[in-house]
Amino acid sequence: MFSKTLHISTSPHIRQGMSTDMIMQHVVWAMMPLVIFAVVSFGLNALLVIITAVVSSVLTEHALCRWSGKSSTVSDWSAVITGILLGLTLPPIFPLWMTFLGGVVSIAIGKFVFGGLGYNAFNPALVGRAFLQAAFPVAITTWHPSFLEGRFLSISKSVAAFPFSTPVVDGISGATPLSAFKFDKVTTDTADLAFGLINGSTGETSAVLIILGGIYLAVRKMMNWRIPVAILTTVFVLSWILYIIDNQVYPSPQFMLFSGGLMLGAVFMATDMVGSPITPRGVMVYGAFIGLIVVVIRIWGGLPEGVMYAILLGNALTPHIDNLIKSRVYGTKKTKS
Amino acid sequence: MLNLHSHTFRHGVHPPENKEETNKLPIRQFPFSPLIILPMQQHIGAPSRIIVREGQEVVRGQLLAEANGYMSVPVHAPVSGKIRKIAKVPVISGQMTEGIYMETFHYSGQEVNEGIPISLENASPEQILKGIQDAGIVGLGGAAFPTHVKLKIPEGKVCDYLIINGIECEPYLTTDHRVMLEQANDIFTGIRYLIKATGAKEVIIGIEGNKQDAADHLTKLIPAGLPVTVQVVPVKYPQGAEKMLITSLLGKEVPSGGLPIDVNAVVVNVATTAEIGRLLPRGQGIQERVITITGPGVKKKGNYLIPVGTPLRYVLEHVGAAENISEVYMGGPMMGVAVSNLDISIVKGTSGIVVFGEDNINKTEKIFPCIKCGACVDACPISLNPSKLGILAKSEAYDTMAEDFHLMDCFECGSCSFVCPSNIPLVQYFRLSKGIVRKRNTAKTAKANV
Repeated sequence: MFSKTLHISTSPHIRQGMSTDMIMQHVVWAMMPLVIFAVVSFGLNALLVIITAVVSSVLTEHALCRWSGKSSTVSDWSAVITGILLGLTLPPIFPLWMTFLGGVVSIAIGKFVFGGLGYNAFNPALVGRAFLQAAFPVAITTWHPSFLEGRFLSISKSVAAFPFSTPVVDGISGATPLSAFKFDKVTTDTADLAFGLINGSTGETSAVLIILGGIYLAVRKMMNWRIPVAILTTVFVLSWILYIIDNQVYPSPQFMLFSGGLMLGAVFMATDMVGSPITPRGVMVYGAFIGLIVVVIRIWGGLPEGVMYAILLGNALTPHIDNLIKSRVYGTKKTKS
Repeated sequence: MLNLHSHTFRHGVHPPENKEETNKLPIRQFPFSPLIILPMQQHIGAPSRIIVREGQEVVRGQLLAEANGYMSVPVHAPVSGKIRKIAKVPVISGQMTEGIYMETFHYSGQEVNEGIPISLENASPEQILKGIQDAGIVGLGGAAFPTHVKLKIPEGKVCDYLIINGIECEPYLTTDHRVMLEQANDIFTGIRYLIKATGAKEVIIGIEGNKQDAADHLTKLIPAGLPVTVQVVPVKYPQGAEKMLITSLLGKEVPSGGLPIDVNAVVVNVATTAEIGRLLPRGQGIQERVITITGPGVKKKGNYLIPVGTPLRYVLEHVGAAENISEVYMGGPMMGVAVSNLDISIVKGTSGIVVFGEDNINKTEKIFPCIKCGACVDACPISLNPSKLGILAKSEAYDTMAEDFHLMDCFECGSCSFVCPSNIPLVQYFRLSKGIVRKRNTAKTAKANV
């Protein structure tokens, strides 16, 4: 009796059952409404941009793994997230060859050189976007009005531009609410901002959908809700103080909250687990820091938007926050280290 | 007394309980196995010293091996029978240790030999502690630490609180639950001995919310004049760990590297307490214990009173374990040890046997890199950073782990591994790292002493 070889493992013999690839998949599902809304509001162009970003990220990850002799890590879904995030931060008529290049840089420079998933210091999608912003400053600030007629039928000349040709600036470009405010002092209705009836990057326009996606992940404990809460609270409080000081010069706090890439960045990018601190208090400091930098860049900086740089700076600060802020271990007094 | 603390500890996890299949089943006597295998090391400390010879006939409860020093306990005959062989016996760690093979007398009434009773009225605290050691009593919750050592209040310390641990936070296990429902009198007698031995002023029986029936039952039966209260705490793993229980009940933290007595408390498992209450008035030694046998691989699940030394194979045959069993562990699924050899036997520290068939074992899951999600940080009951410790363990930075990240405070509850989405065997890393640090420290002290 009992002739089978027994299976031996160390305790615990049971697992909660959540796995890393499952978390990544859920993040992808949480971003799906944004992708769909981007396609609905910006048409075929946005769809092509997002698909190109995903394909280039996944291909790069696969190729680099093969090249370095490791088994492919594409199945952990993290490259898909990077691709979607990159696509969502780009203007809807961004040339596809530039998008592809952005995906390659995101994975190769943003992630692979650090050692792959879990070791990247910065959010890979933002590394790719920062590269694109530096390399193609005109194309990345060429916006496009949403809900144009015929958006599902035609492809913009800019999107289909031949690699390394001078980008064609489309005749129908429009300013984003943030740049309109920055350079012309024109504010936009908050309701339009919240529901995404505005110009902007493909995925950053609908704050409501972003918040819903965030709530979905937070409820499933796949996202640290403290990060977006800390960022948004900081931005709100700081801009509210400034608005009270002079409401002619400074924008209203609700405008600050719902415009630009803040929502997308706070919910889906700053929350990248790898680049954010691990303790609850550390996360608060990280969020407050990002919020502060966003306000500083937007109000006093030369650019209309600063979420990308704020998050990258936050990522850079993370190891130091983790070193400085540790939870007090049970049975020990508060220590300096 | 007004308690302003939260009646729980920080963090922790909620594994599926799986207790409903056995928590309604009364304790039943298990048949006597024709062969008994008794290792001499069933406790933490020095192995017991054998005082019988091969071929000798012994009666149930007779002393077979005496305590070898203070940090040791004796072993008594679990059955009436004949000493067949004194030789190495297999134990769960995979090693062979000194032990006794016994043949059970088939037609014996298995009456238990009685010794000199320890009188509750007249015995001094020292005599009670000696009586507990002579009865071979160790922590029955699973650790098997000699109880008399734990109860010895060090010079200059005072025991204000005696905590009776009826938490049983391990999934599947229901032995303490049944003991509380069925052996209330033994528990209260045991508490009387413990109060006398420790000088405790207040006794708290801690029970998890999933055993409300046991809490109600014990509350009803508290004898008049005994300073006992029953406190129900929220269900959370590892609530049954000594330090966590003290925090939940008293709102105090045991200092890092310290013992419960540093906060004027002593914690004793409820089944151990019942054993003290049953054995001391009769001067007997431990011959059997209550064990939950459960899991999807077993037909006759239940709580059984099984003689110590009963071979695991015999136990499994009698409870109708499936032919294709492929994973068996002793203890609960969170901290229990997987069995590699069915020829080992039940020991004093065995609180449960959980059996999984071929169909229900978890396939080894893919390990991903740490994504620093922080799930382990939110699970660790003592607020360590398992993520960081895991990374340090991989780079073999054991000294940094111990000095800067409190590795040695880890009591290996397994909560971090349980939640890790990347399936990193964190607690296994820490177990190994702790062993290495301990070895290095011993080497260091040895060098310093030369």
